[in-house]
Amino acid sequence: MLKQLRPAIGVLAFMTLVTGVAYPLTVTGIAQLVFPAQANGSLVRDAQGQVVGSTLLAQNFEGEQWFQPRPSAAGFATVASGASNLAPSNPALAERIGQAAIALGEQSSVPVPMQLVTTSGSGLDPHLSPEAARWQVSRIAKARQLPSAALERLIEQHAERPLVGPAVVNVLALNLALQDNSPSIRHEPVQ
Amino acid sequence: MQVQDYWLILAFFVLVLAPASFLGRFFFNAMEGKRNLLSPLLLPVERLCYRISGVDPERDQDWKTYSLALLAFSAVSLVVLFSILVLQHLLPLNPQQLPGLEWTLAFNTAVSFVTNTNWQAYSGEAALSYFSQMIGLGVQNFVSPAVGLAILVAFARGIARKSSNGIGNFWVDMTRATLYVLLPFCVLLAIFLVWQGVPQTFMDYVQAKSLLGADQTIPLGPAASQIAIKQLGTNGGGFFGVNSAHPFENPTAWSNLFEVASIILIPAALVFTFGHYVKDLRQSRAILASMLILFVAGLALTLWAEQQPNPALAALPIEQVGSLEGKEARFGTVASALWAVTTTAASNGSVNAMHDSFSALGGLLPMFNMMLGEVVFGGVGAGLYGMLLFVLIAVFLAGLMIGRTPEYLGKKLEAREVRLLVATLLVMPVGVLVFCALAVSLDGPAASITNPGAHGFSQALYAYTSGTANNGSAFGGFGANTPFHNLMIGLAMLLGRFGYILPILAIAGSLAAKKRAPVGQNSFPTHGPLFVTLLTLTILLVGGLTFLPALALGPIAEHLSMFQGF
Repeated sequence: MLKQLRPAIGVLAFMTLVTGVAYPLTVTGIAQLVFPAQANGSLVRDAQGQVVGSTLLAQNFEGEQWFQPRPSAAGFATVASGASNLAPSNPALAERIGQAAIALGEQSSVPVPMQLVTTSGSGLDPHLSPEAARWQVSRIAKARQLPSAALERLIEQHAERPLVGPAVVNVLALNLALQDNSPSIRHEPVQ
Repeated sequence: MQVQDYWLILAFFVLVLAPASFLGRFFFNAMEGKRNLLSPLLLPVERLCYRISGVDPERDQDWKTYSLALLAFSAVSLVVLFSILVLQHLLPLNPQQLPGLEWTLAFNTAVSFVTNTNWQAYSGEAALSYFSQMIGLGVQNFVSPAVGLAILVAFARGIARKSSNGIGNFWVDMTRATLYVLLPFCVLLAIFLVWQGVPQTFMDYVQAKSLLGADQTIPLGPAASQIAIKQLGTNGGGFFGVNSAHPFENPTAWSNLFEVASIILIPAALVFTFGHYVKDLRQSRAILASMLILFVAGLALTLWAEQQPNPALAALPIEQVGSLEGKEARFGTVASALWAVTTTAASNGSVNAMHDSFSALGGLLPMFNMMLGEVVFGGVGAGLYGMLLFVLIAVFLAGLMIGRTPEYLGKKLEAREVRLLVATLLVMPVGVLVFCALAVSLDGPAASITNPGAHGFSQALYAYTSGTANNGSAFGGFGANTPFHNLMIGLAMLLGRFGYILPILAIAGSLAAKKRAPVGQNSFPTHGPLFVTLLTLTILLVGGLTFLPALALGPIAEHLSMFQGF
């Protein structure tokens, strides 16, 4: 075995240079050149250039006037991300979902979408299904004194429908539009 | 299931199976040092590696030398990685000034990455510096599957060669596996992932002020490069704690498709590589057929189970669909189930949803996949050599039935080989049943369980299955970061890796030394539907049946109590 030590150290050292240094540096170089926005975290900045978040990480939006993302088991913590890991048979899960459903259920007679009462795997799920977003429309419309149709249209504008996955809409993008009170919300489209 | 779900599953199978034959041939040429597409670029790098390491690439090793080389490499890797993790506070590229890891956690993590398990008792973004991720774990992500691939081709040579002492050169095999098989795909996948939104930077974490004025730390890092090899090398160790459920690790439905297909892209192609070694592609097709039967059956069951509404939620005023607890909106039920089956069929262990919150049967199947020894595609190299053990066992059983000396591709299986085969059959039961029984019967270790009832036992069972099978996925609620579990699961991982590798190399050596018996009319054919059926049943009965009682105590009991009210 001792005779094999020299090649062992040599090969490991060489592979460290190739796969541990050259490879990530090459990828970083290409990434920063070709896709700088994504490579640096898909950051969203306000008019002053302040970072207000990342399109890929959910933020907590409490308050009637916002689209609320899915609940987070880790309280929207980013370091470290986390899930509830509650078993389907765990009574704590049914109890938590029951309470969440009651809290949300007063807003609408339609059953609460599953997404709005379950915590995601990452606790940072930035998306909702368009249905789960639409379910919140009447509440937001009332709080903001906006026509429901305008909000429905906003959801439709932001909906993404990939060929190989469920339709989603980015909650932060919706709320940014609400914050800016963007023209598409305020005015009926010109026919 | 909706239209996009069918598209996803179709696209997955096309991505995995369509290039398999071509890639299998390419890998064969690359591993045997024949000129190929990438030679002009990589041959000088390969030669440089031999020169620096003092390796004579022409020298053939017998199985003992090959094993010693492998053990020396693994030992050096373990020592280096352990030291990096314990000393990371003294090393560069640590912008968050994270402290060194506690020693049992460092031991567990080092074993985990050297054995291609990637069990994670830590959370990446909170515990590891960029240096530890890149130079420590990232390098093992490449070389540990390369070692698996080396063993596979050594085994294939053992079957293919006749009256030969040597089974190849370990250093050459693992160098070529790293450079030609793993590296090129990783560069492509990493760049694709950045396009989809995965970060790749050396900047510090960014501080954001959210719309409502809350502070949000945005974790960054050289993630894409590590995630690419994590998927392609059947490693599974996430850059971020929640693995590919994290929106930075797996941002879109498209990134998800390519990540999940990458898990078994190379393992599927290697089935054909094996066919080229033994100059008989019918063998590849038979093995692939058996793998596909087990894969599709498992996928169908998991998909069905995950779409059943949870009876415990039936009375609530909510939408009655399959649970989305622990699942991401951009993946939904179907992509989460597909991933769970794929990651455990292979020895990958990355997750895009939390298996702990899966339905009882949806959580059973990933466990069962691992208990079979991860031979349904399986890890890079490791899956197929595990599968070939079952092929030999099937041949042996067939030989018993018809009363002839069993032979595979002209090589007689005699007492020595069969004894070694049986030794490998003991690895999973010892690691899973004995170690897990020990863990759950001690008060301290059993306190790591976080869910009540039968599911609590499933958590521990899953942990020890995952460790021994070198998978690395988890029922995440299980509090694995305790000295006991760190050491015990570390031991299980070592057993699961070397308990297979050493007997396999011994079998390879003894097969290589044998003469080739002419294949005659009375030889038992190891291709065609009859053999596929025999092989599949052997895997299920010999591999799976041992674990039925343990599964009955965990997920089966949980399912019955929820749906039948027992």
